[in-house]
Amino acid sequence: MLSANLSAIFYLISGVLFILALRGLSSPETSRQGNFFGILGMIIATTVTFLSIGNFSTGFVVVLIFLLVGGLIGAFIAYKIPMTAMPELVAGFHSLVGLAAVFVAIAAFLNPGAFNLGSPGNIKLGSLIEMSIGAAVGAITFSGSIIAFLKLQGIMSGSPITFKGQHPLNALILISIIVLTYLLCSTQSSNLFWILLAVSFLIGFLLIIPIGGADMPVVISMLNSYSGWAAAGIGFTLENTALIITGALVGSSGAILSYIMCKGMNRSFFNVILGGFGATEQSSSSQNKEQRPVKSGNADDAAFLMKNASSVIIVPGYGMAVAQAQHALREMVDTLKKNDIKVSYAIHPVAGRMPGHMNVLLAEANVPYDEVFELEEINNDFANADVAFVIGANDVTNPVAKTDPQSPIYGMPVLDVEKCKSVLFVKRSLSPGYAGIDNDLFYKENTLMLFADAKKMTEDITKNL
Amino acid sequence: MEIDPFIFRLSIFILSIFIGYYVVWSVTPSLHTPLMSVTNAISSVIIVGAIIAGLAGNSDTIFNASSIFGFLAISLAAINIFGGFLVTQRMLAMYKKKKKVK
Repeated sequence: MLSANLSAIFYLISGVLFILALRGLSSPETSRQGNFFGILGMIIATTVTFLSIGNFSTGFVVVLIFLLVGGLIGAFIAYKIPMTAMPELVAGFHSLVGLAAVFVAIAAFLNPGAFNLGSPGNIKLGSLIEMSIGAAVGAITFSGSIIAFLKLQGIMSGSPITFKGQHPLNALILISIIVLTYLLCSTQSSNLFWILLAVSFLIGFLLIIPIGGADMPVVISMLNSYSGWAAAGIGFTLENTALIITGALVGSSGAILSYIMCKGMNRSFFNVILGGFGATEQSSSSQNKEQRPVKSGNADDAAFLMKNASSVIIVPGYGMAVAQAQHALREMVDTLKKNDIKVSYAIHPVAGRMPGHMNVLLAEANVPYDEVFELEEINNDFANADVAFVIGANDVTNPVAKTDPQSPIYGMPVLDVEKCKSVLFVKRSLSPGYAGIDNDLFYKENTLMLFADAKKMTEDITKNL
Repeated sequence: MEIDPFIFRLSIFILSIFIGYYVVWSVTPSLHTPLMSVTNAISSVIIVGAIIAGLAGNSDTIFNASSIFGFLAISLAAINIFGGFLVTQRMLAMYKKKKKVK
């Protein structure tokens, strides 16, 4: 049996290893080593827990069985999941962290003796507060992630669900959570504990339903952050350093990602969270609908333009993920490169459904990461490029964000695609993007619309090159 | 007067938030998806609490209400730990540098 001090030191070590795991992600070269540190930290933390309890009887075998079952399921999912489904997977994993936090809190509430927190009905006040916070945040993470998962999977419609009195209702529920926590701490009543959990599940659900599909990058990052705070809350209850450190790391990581995503859309965090973005704007766009001329072309025209270019910039978006066009795209680029055409990729921070979504898909298609650039790195290059190939992106290229102060996306950083000599825009129809506004780019003199499925069009262009 | 141990834990917590802040800002944007999956995996260190709950019962009553929740939490956290680290590894293995040939 490990002494309490010794195990605390080991927990600290695993906390430090988790910091190094995140540190490794500062560049692709060090990232694999970072992941290894993370795994090592996890092995240390679990081993130390077993040793410090020192109970290797039947219970130990049962624990191992549950651990193995979970591990096998996890490993199976990790190997089977296609890269395009990564946002759903991450949302699903968040829900599991949330639920695990809730279960641990319940276990601690039912049997506080095992955690040195007192006895049932007489739990230490501080621990009870920490436990309630951990459980409530965990429950919100769980139900919120389930909704995010359903929306991303397409099981639930991605459009915002709003109703009258939504915000007052949410505010009321949030206040009731605080009141319930207070009452729970003063009465230690288990009924209040269950009500607190139920209400928290409900608010997680209500908070996410009004948020539309393209705002998912913010939602996923936010839930990432919540899962961290839930873990930290439980960490305080269990007086466990590894859990406190990790919770703080994950919490701030998710918060920073949400901030980056909001900045990428030039919207405030509250604007996103209050939701209903796409739905409210649609009415204004339909008012001044005028028929403007559009130039459209076929794969042959596109191939001709690209063959005569000396540099091409590719702008991928969520549409590329939907059409699974990343491999076809890379084949097209390979052909271009054989003709000595310089190709680079421009990624907008909110392209796709989660932070870094496009980068992973391009990496999957074997695109070297040093050909892929972020918005600030590449935006000046559009003026010198011959062809911009926009595949599945829309709002992030809309010049209206720079010119029209009336537009809902005014001020949002966009890729200066229109500065290219010519723009090829692969899209299925002229329908507006998520923000519900027309893209001025469609009607520019130098834009050629390619109306087709992204994957099919890319393949056709390759054939014609 | 002695300092409550809670204050020490709070100090660790606050300082870790700052560490997280600086470390995460230095993460390259192209690795933001692996960042999310790996934070998922490490936050499942909550399994520590689940193991304590699962092993709390004595040999006569392995399955009481508290430990059952512990066992379930162990499985959930294990899905995340294995799934999170493995999928991160799978993603990171794809990030390659440009080959200098050609």
